[in-house]
Amino acid sequence: MSLTLEHVSKTVDGHVHIADGCLNFEPGSFNVLIGRTLSGKTSLMRLMAGLDKPSSGRILMNGADVTGVPVRKRNVSMVYQQFINYPTLSVFENIASPLRQAGAGKAEIERKVRETAEMLHIENFLQRYPLELSGGQQQRTAMARALVKDADLILFDEPLVNLDYKLREELRQEMRELFKTRRSIAVYATTEPNEALALGGTATVLHEGRVIQSGPTAEVYHRPSRMLSAELFSEPPINLLPGRIAANEVSFQDCMHFPLNADLRTLSEGDYRFGIRPSHIGLVPSNDDDLEVSGTVELAEISGSESFLHVRNEHLSLVLHLQGVHDYPVDSPIRVYIPTHKLFVFDAAGELAQAPARRI
Amino acid sequence: MTKIQDNRAWWLVLPVFLLVAFSAILPMMTVVNYSVQDIFDSSTRFFVGAGWYRQILHDPRLHDSLLRQFVFSGSVLLIEIPLGIAVALTMPTRGRWASLCLILMAIPLLIPWNVVGTIWQIFGRADIGLLGYVLNELGISYNYASNTRDAWVTVLIMDVWHWTSLVALLCYSGLRAIPDVYYQAARIDRASAWAVFRHIQLPKLKSVLLIAVMLRFMDSFMIYTEPFVLTGGGPGNATTFLSQTLTKMAVGQFDLGPAAAFSLIYFLIILLVSWLFYTAMTHGDQK
Amino acid sequence: MAEIRLQNLAHSYSSQPRGTADYAIREMDHVWEQGGAYALLGPSGCGKSTLLNIISGLLSPSEGQVLFDAREVNRMTPEQRNIAQVFQFPVVYDTMTVFDNLAFPLRNQGVSEARVTSKVHEIAEVLDLHSLLKRKARNLTADEKQKVSMGRGLVRDDVSAILFDEPLTVIDPHLKWKLRRKLKQIHEQFNITMIYVTHDQLEASTFADKIAVMHGGQIVQFGTPRELFERPQHTFVGFFVGSPGMNLIDVRAEEGGVGFGDLHLPLASGLAARLPDLAASRLQLGIRPEFVQVTGEATAGGMQAEVVRVEDLGTYKILTLRLQEHLLKARLPEDHPIPKGQAWVSFPAQWLMLYADDRLVEARP
Repeated sequence: MSLTLEHVSKTVDGHVHIADGCLNFEPGSFNVLIGRTLSGKTSLMRLMAGLDKPSSGRILMNGADVTGVPVRKRNVSMVYQQFINYPTLSVFENIASPLRQAGAGKAEIERKVRETAEMLHIENFLQRYPLELSGGQQQRTAMARALVKDADLILFDEPLVNLDYKLREELRQEMRELFKTRRSIAVYATTEPNEALALGGTATVLHEGRVIQSGPTAEVYHRPSRMLSAELFSEPPINLLPGRIAANEVSFQDCMHFPLNADLRTLSEGDYRFGIRPSHIGLVPSNDDDLEVSGTVELAEISGSESFLHVRNEHLSLVLHLQGVHDYPVDSPIRVYIPTHKLFVFDAAGELAQAPARRI
Repeated sequence: MTKIQDNRAWWLVLPVFLLVAFSAILPMMTVVNYSVQDIFDSSTRFFVGAGWYRQILHDPRLHDSLLRQFVFSGSVLLIEIPLGIAVALTMPTRGRWASLCLILMAIPLLIPWNVVGTIWQIFGRADIGLLGYVLNELGISYNYASNTRDAWVTVLIMDVWHWTSLVALLCYSGLRAIPDVYYQAARIDRASAWAVFRHIQLPKLKSVLLIAVMLRFMDSFMIYTEPFVLTGGGPGNATTFLSQTLTKMAVGQFDLGPAAAFSLIYFLIILLVSWLFYTAMTHGDQK
Repeated sequence: MAEIRLQNLAHSYSSQPRGTADYAIREMDHVWEQGGAYALLGPSGCGKSTLLNIISGLLSPSEGQVLFDAREVNRMTPEQRNIAQVFQFPVVYDTMTVFDNLAFPLRNQGVSEARVTSKVHEIAEVLDLHSLLKRKARNLTADEKQKVSMGRGLVRDDVSAILFDEPLTVIDPHLKWKLRRKLKQIHEQFNITMIYVTHDQLEASTFADKIAVMHGGQIVQFGTPRELFERPQHTFVGFFVGSPGMNLIDVRAEEGGVGFGDLHLPLASGLAARLPDLAASRLQLGIRPEFVQVTGEATAGGMQAEVVRVEDLGTYKILTLRLQEHLLKARLPEDHPIPKGQAWVSFPAQWLMLYADDRLVEARP
């Protein structure tokens, strides 16, 4: 079953929640919606589920127009941020509730509930009540309830955000496993780029109600079609430098410049914005075409295995993401090297003009 | 959270709509009808336009009643709202005392209104009433039947006894909704109890207080049974409030025309003052 | 500024605790030195919020002492201990402006208005709240409200420590970044003792000089982020710190090393010498994914493994490998070549840890 959104818009009281959204999800795909809070992820999911009607546009499931069909008639499940379970029902009853609604037989309910509980590792808690369980277990119960229905469309609205960091990692992995063999379409909303990357599948970047980019996650990450997409989909945020291409070289702020390499030569002259990922900037020159930048260290954040250096000089400020521990005291001078062949180039309108070639 | 749009919902509303139309709008229209006519009996009626309105608005009895009513409602609000808040602040929030307290608070609200009037009427009598007897024994001359001041005080105390619980319960539920962290933060900031009240509790109680004030205002402005049973409106006119004046006019004297006009004016006054309260209290939120 | 010492501390929420299961905090002795930036790291339910509330005075411990500069403060309230606390949900006084919010603690202490003004402006400057001073607190965004909460702690001259209870929970990721940086800068500037509770190991590592990892009501390791990463004293620390966590493999003792499945892995002599003492314990080998060496061709000392899955996480890749029935993860840099099908892995002796009953085995010198 595929899901298609055609020019879907939603305006409430003059506020545009979704503007002209066009999306297409294939059956059995895992799709991540990524964007900041209030970027429209929840609104979009509510439209997909049928909880809201779009102000304009159509929603098609398997080619059939379901725009006006209310959620009860659609085959949809949803998992929320707050662990939502029926507090007066046991875990078993919670998971069984959609099956009972559908009028399934007792033996079938028994079998399916146990199966799903095993998948989510809560088979030992079936007789307990949700409020007696830990946060992670409650959310697994909610997920089991969503999965047992075997709905065509399963929506997850930032379900792991109230859980521990480690628990999140665990559940993310389990989710990917769970969806490998299913034919349902999963849509997962998150604000964290790292989570989107870890989940894989396809990624749709949303900003202020607009779809900025949609495609396979790795694609969206490595080839952001717009500057906004690059900004929203990287953590730490991508470094952006305004510069211009003229007279066969690139210059930043009229002070730093380097000659055009083979790829950049294909671009016409003008003002551009150049992006460089924090993990690509190094402390030692590693290529002939590295651009050297001197500055002072504003702050060094050290985690056990990585360091984030915030460097600035009078023209620009950069964030570096380095492997290993590099402890620099504040205000110490530093020289960093930007490999110019790894630069992203965005034109004045914010569209991608060139992305660095990937050699894998 | 937006609701599901379903036009079929209007069909579900239709019965209620018809009911309200039948029991409220139609009678209201009848009243409007009466207020512009002079009625002698069912077949003799003359159209007088705004005649009754003019007469009513110049009637000194009405002015007096209105004044008394405003004084009453104002006093009621001034006493009951702070008292209710104070009671809510001191009510326990945990343990079995909490449930006991809630039950005790609820009891006055459950008593039928004319019984309330009767209770206080007997309570205050100098011969068989506990209050009246004790006060007179103590040397305080107290007679609500003949002394205006005593009558007023008794009516007010009766209303406070009857209705403060409502304000207290509303505020209690409002206070329970305040997360603990606010109190913790205030302790850390070394805020005094007054500061905690002013900056944390009172702002969070705003919506609840709005309901309490509106309810108490409207109810006290329309009050009829309790003072009627207690003092009968006396001594003289001392505790005759608007509703009683209206009843006398409509039922006692069968002046349907003026009574109808009066009713409408009454209705409009309540509407206006309520609207003023509402706007004043929610004005802060618009900023 | 105070040195905070916890002595024989234990806490149970029930009045008659019977066993260790009833204790939220188990027997603990710990010192937080003056002026340090510390983190309390652990999963939900490990007791970290309880510990924080005991330190701040919102909770009185059922056993043991809390000492501020050698003075027992068990019964003292937070305001008496001069503690400032920032909570998970931004707590601001809605009806007051940002300026009044920041001035509130000072005014309650009776500080002169002139001093209040100068202090508020100073703190507002540090926290980038200067432009918002006249605004009503209720109209601020979540991160601005949190900054105001922090500001209320900072305005006071006499504050002995600032405690943070998962303060960035409600903040958007791209703003979390900035606030973390701000916190670090504040610490550098004011040098106040700061204790930060979190379940996010990245947050803890980037903020704190030293992290206390809590597990089951106890601090299992107290060290710098680097120590926690390179030499975890407890398997839980290995698991919880680092993304993904440490690989742990159950092994059996063998002559000169350990074995699992068909493989024999020699250990450094100092470590191997300890094996006889550990006959009765559960032995595990620990190696972090970042230190697993992966190559496409056989190397000396390399073990053959099957590549199960490759995940592209942008700046790095995670490889899941099957080695002798065990699933291992390796973390490789972006450009590292990925072998297909079969790979050879090796564990550098420097980063290979041996754990007996979850505790790190130290090599005999």
